[in-house]
Amino acid sequence: MPLLEVRDLRTSFFLEGGEARAVDGVSFALDAGRVLGLVGESGCGKSVTALSLMRLVPPPGRIVGGQVRFDGRDLLLLPERDMRAVRGAGLAMIFQEPMTSLNPVFTVGSQIAEAVRLHRPVSRREARERAVALLAEVGIPEPARRARDYPHRLSGGMRQRVMIAMAISCEPRVLIADEPTTALDVTIQAEILDLLRALREQRGMALLLITHDLGVVAEQADEVAIMYAGRIVEQASVLEIFDRPLHPYTQGLFRSIPGMGGRHDRLEAIPGQVPDLLRLPSGCTFRDRCPQVIADCAGVVPPLEEHAPGHRAACIRL
Amino acid sequence: MTPLVEVREVRKHFPIGGGLFGGPRAWVRAVDGVSLAIQPGETLGLVGESGSGKSTLGRLMLRLIEPTSGEVLFEGRSLLALGARELRALRRQMQIIFQDPYGSLDPHMRVESIVGEGLAIHALGIRAQRRERVRELLELVGLPPEAARRYPHEFSGGQRQRIGIARALAVGPRFVVADEAVSALDVSIQAQILNLLQDLGRRLGLTMLFIAHDLRIIEHLSDRVAVMYLGKIVELAHREAIYTDPRHPYTRALLSAVPVPDPRQRRQRMVLGGDVPSPVEPPPGCAFHPRCPHAEDVCRTVVPPLVAGRGGHAVACHVFPAEPPGKE
Repeated sequence: MPLLEVRDLRTSFFLEGGEARAVDGVSFALDAGRVLGLVGESGCGKSVTALSLMRLVPPPGRIVGGQVRFDGRDLLLLPERDMRAVRGAGLAMIFQEPMTSLNPVFTVGSQIAEAVRLHRPVSRREARERAVALLAEVGIPEPARRARDYPHRLSGGMRQRVMIAMAISCEPRVLIADEPTTALDVTIQAEILDLLRALREQRGMALLLITHDLGVVAEQADEVAIMYAGRIVEQASVLEIFDRPLHPYTQGLFRSIPGMGGRHDRLEAIPGQVPDLLRLPSGCTFRDRCPQVIADCAGVVPPLEEHAPGHRAACIRL
Repeated sequence: MTPLVEVREVRKHFPIGGGLFGGPRAWVRAVDGVSLAIQPGETLGLVGESGSGKSTLGRLMLRLIEPTSGEVLFEGRSLLALGARELRALRRQMQIIFQDPYGSLDPHMRVESIVGEGLAIHALGIRAQRRERVRELLELVGLPPEAARRYPHEFSGGQRQRIGIARALAVGPRFVVADEAVSALDVSIQAQILNLLQDLGRRLGLTMLFIAHDLRIIEHLSDRVAVMYLGKIVELAHREAIYTDPRHPYTRALLSAVPVPDPRQRRQRMVLGGDVPSPVEPPPGCAFHPRCPHAEDVCRTVVPPLVAGRGGHAVACHVFPAEPPGKE
């Protein structure tokens, strides 16, 4: 049985202009110790999917349907009190901007210690020692001294490490990382990616890696799910999806990247704009940008079907 | 051939801190002695991480900011010697495209005013001609004519960047600085704008300084590539040479850090360790030495000069200098 199983998850934002279906029937499974890369462009619903798993969707957003099965329970049915225990020890999350989860007025050591004490019956002193050990584990030099620093004293890469230390403080079994390296310089990004890999291997954590960067996915993920306008349009193992992308959106995304499959003089861009969730076309939501569109694409939402073992795509032309 | 744009030993030090009466407490050496020439029709890619000084260098080349010292030349003429009137006349020839298509367009102006503003400032044509020119420009960047009557907020990020490009091209520049022009865009839209810039560059014979932190984009667009670290150029060469035969350890680390979009090529990276030092107190000698796995004693004391070798491949490194310019 998978560690985490998401079934037909639906999350909407109720706006003045109507209901924006940010996550519109997403299903996937994540096994212990594995990495699922959730890929898409802005507004595709990848971050809202992550927040839904944590049950941290901000209003006017609301989870309107589906199941999030973790450890034999549906997280969406838990009382908030029980859910609080799951956050941190079951599922933990890190964000693109570390200051989202760091409080500027407390030292980083005290914040990590606080997180430890929320979940464990340990003394203050033990919690502080644990915080310093965690800072050391995420590769912060002079951890005892750094524990007494405030977040603003640290560089972007160091803050990201502190946030990771806090996220792993209660030994979560699933780490959700939402664009964890997007705001960082490329040399710092490399260090953080290496750190995430090492932690995952040592602790057997599963990782849900949310990113728009296909390079990061190629390097880190075991499985890949491509999202477009609130739905998963293609899902396969990382080798399979890079070797044989099936969905026209996935193919377009791959061709948009400079340097994919040799140097091309001109990129094959996907025409049109990133979709507006309040003005989606009927049927397949990608059809107004799709080079292979036919009349039938307007009729039905294409189901996510298996076209090769473990390789699923949502396109009626396949 | 006279370069279209050239900087010689240009420096820009920004003051920081300081009280009401005292002088500044310290100086940020954003650009610290850079010499660089861009040939007509060439696209020079300028790559570096945050704090490397690449954006400051771009602005110095346009004299949007004044250098602390050094020379800035346009077609061999010193930009710094020009008076306000002459500089304004020359401004038509040099334009900039910014990263943020949201922040760089006035939200209260219609697109036709934004794009036509430069034409009006430079008193190019009568009103009807200017309106016609705006339509041409919108078509050139792939926007419909009715876009002229609309406001920036009515457009998506990619479309706004098209407006920014139309504005930059309105006055018929020969030199364009694109400062992280596609960094804020989604991948699928980024490709559209890269294609547009490439097409326009060729069609209009533009000379470009393309500033970016993304090495894949730099490789795609550039004829030559300059790598900056803490205010200095550490390596400068033709694109192929930078990507197939990088010499400077920083260039190599940068290239090895870029995740390759090919799951069969998972490889061991060269991890630098440590953060980029502050440009307020750059390390003595080679500014890269505290993070460099190959640093020797000389690196800690002597600043390595940027020396050109075979094929114009220039490197600023004591340990891995450029190949001497033997027979080629």
